[in-house]
Amino acid sequence: MTYVEFLKVYGPQLLEGSATTGMQTLLAAALAIIIAVTAGLMRLSKNRFVYGAATVYIEIFRGTSLLVQLYWIFFVLPLFGLTLEKFTAGYLAVGMNLGAYGAELVRGGILSVPKGQWEAATALSMSPAKRMVRIIFPQAFLNMLPPWGNLLIELLKGTALVALISVADLMFVARKINGSTYMSAQAFGSALLIYYVMSRAVVTPFMRWLELVMARKLGRA
Amino acid sequence: MKDSMKDYPLKLEGDNIPMVRFQNVTKRYGDLVVLDHLDLDVQEAEMVTIIGPSGSGKTTVLRMLMALEKINDGVIYVEGQPMTHMVKDGTLTMADNKYLRQQRMNIGMCFQHFNLFPHMTALENCIEAPVQVLGLSKKDAIARAEDLLDMVGMLEKAHEHPSRLSGGQQQRVAIARSLAMRPKIMLFDEVTSALDPEVIGEVTQVIRKLVSKHNLTMLMVTHQMGFAREISDRVCFFYDGKIEEQGSPDELFGDPKSERTQQFLSAVLEAN
Repeated sequence: MTYVEFLKVYGPQLLEGSATTGMQTLLAAALAIIIAVTAGLMRLSKNRFVYGAATVYIEIFRGTSLLVQLYWIFFVLPLFGLTLEKFTAGYLAVGMNLGAYGAELVRGGILSVPKGQWEAATALSMSPAKRMVRIIFPQAFLNMLPPWGNLLIELLKGTALVALISVADLMFVARKINGSTYMSAQAFGSALLIYYVMSRAVVTPFMRWLELVMARKLGRA
Repeated sequence: MKDSMKDYPLKLEGDNIPMVRFQNVTKRYGDLVVLDHLDLDVQEAEMVTIIGPSGSGKTTVLRMLMALEKINDGVIYVEGQPMTHMVKDGTLTMADNKYLRQQRMNIGMCFQHFNLFPHMTALENCIEAPVQVLGLSKKDAIARAEDLLDMVGMLEKAHEHPSRLSGGQQQRVAIARSLAMRPKIMLFDEVTSALDPEVIGEVTQVIRKLVSKHNLTMLMVTHQMGFAREISDRVCFFYDGKIEEQGSPDELFGDPKSERTQQFLSAVLEAN
């Protein structure tokens, strides 16, 4: 069986798996961004309970393995009465894990905005919320885009773990094909290529474009 | 601290209330005393310039007044009302953020490094706070901003981002941005120190215009001795967190009494 023949037979399945991987990535990224911004801002709070809660969250999700977290969410939470569908458990685990990493990027991005910007906004009587939303965050956002590009690629690749709780993503499909045909090189080779294309041809150009757009808005390009 | 607050009035009363009063204001960073029991009154429409060696606390005076930093002791009054404190249950307590926000509206501040918002054009910089804080309609805010940009000679560059403006141009926009809030008091914190020599004039020209045409109360920290002498009603020489000597520009520059003032002035003159 040539590789072309292989693709003819298994291509559709691989594509379907890729679509699931894409969905997992999108949902996990959305969740990660929400968590990162929330926890990142909480880490800047002077209230030690707010700060503490975010710190505990970040420590737990950065300090333990994503796979273990995934198993906890899918296999252990039901023992406490919370049963999640495997698809939901998949992107929740990935999003919550990468969100913890993202929180530090958000915090760092905000702290990278010069003190003078905070003072100018304060001197104009802006409230802390308006100062953050209108002055600080737009500048922080541009600063944090390059590391976010890396993080989103990590996230995309991290979704491969959801195959281990039987979400029918790209990795799951590749494993299935391998199991029934033993064509390991073709099956995992295809998966490798598709992950590469997704990160290099979709995520990276999108982040570059976003950086350019934001840089223009800030008058830096 | 609490008992001693009784020494401070809840508000200033009587005739001739100063626009700004520092009463017994102390600021410390750890063991370092930056302002040492400072008393200073600034009258309405007065232009007071603060000079002195670096580390003498002159910039701190402005930052205290703008409430960018908390004071350790004493009270600052603006228009007779406490600025750093608020009246609660008949005594003065530290002002909360909401109260400070209200009080800051009386005061505009320009910084050494301009601090324009880089993601906004010159015009957007000037309408941001009037729209977001004062609640002006965008139309009114734009009209106000265009007037002010015209006054500082920057109307032509209204739609440029700060990154495309020179230092002098940015500082002029920053002045317009502060004025758009219609403050009663303007603070200039070494506004020409970061500028190339050839553009200092365009900024001092704007300040000169403000002094001659507007009824603003102004406090200025500067190293431009010639400008200070020309434009000030009063000059304060700061040394070690205290006012070492103050007086009219002619008195202070022409006939300084304190030895430290003399030393400082001759050192500055020599450097120029």
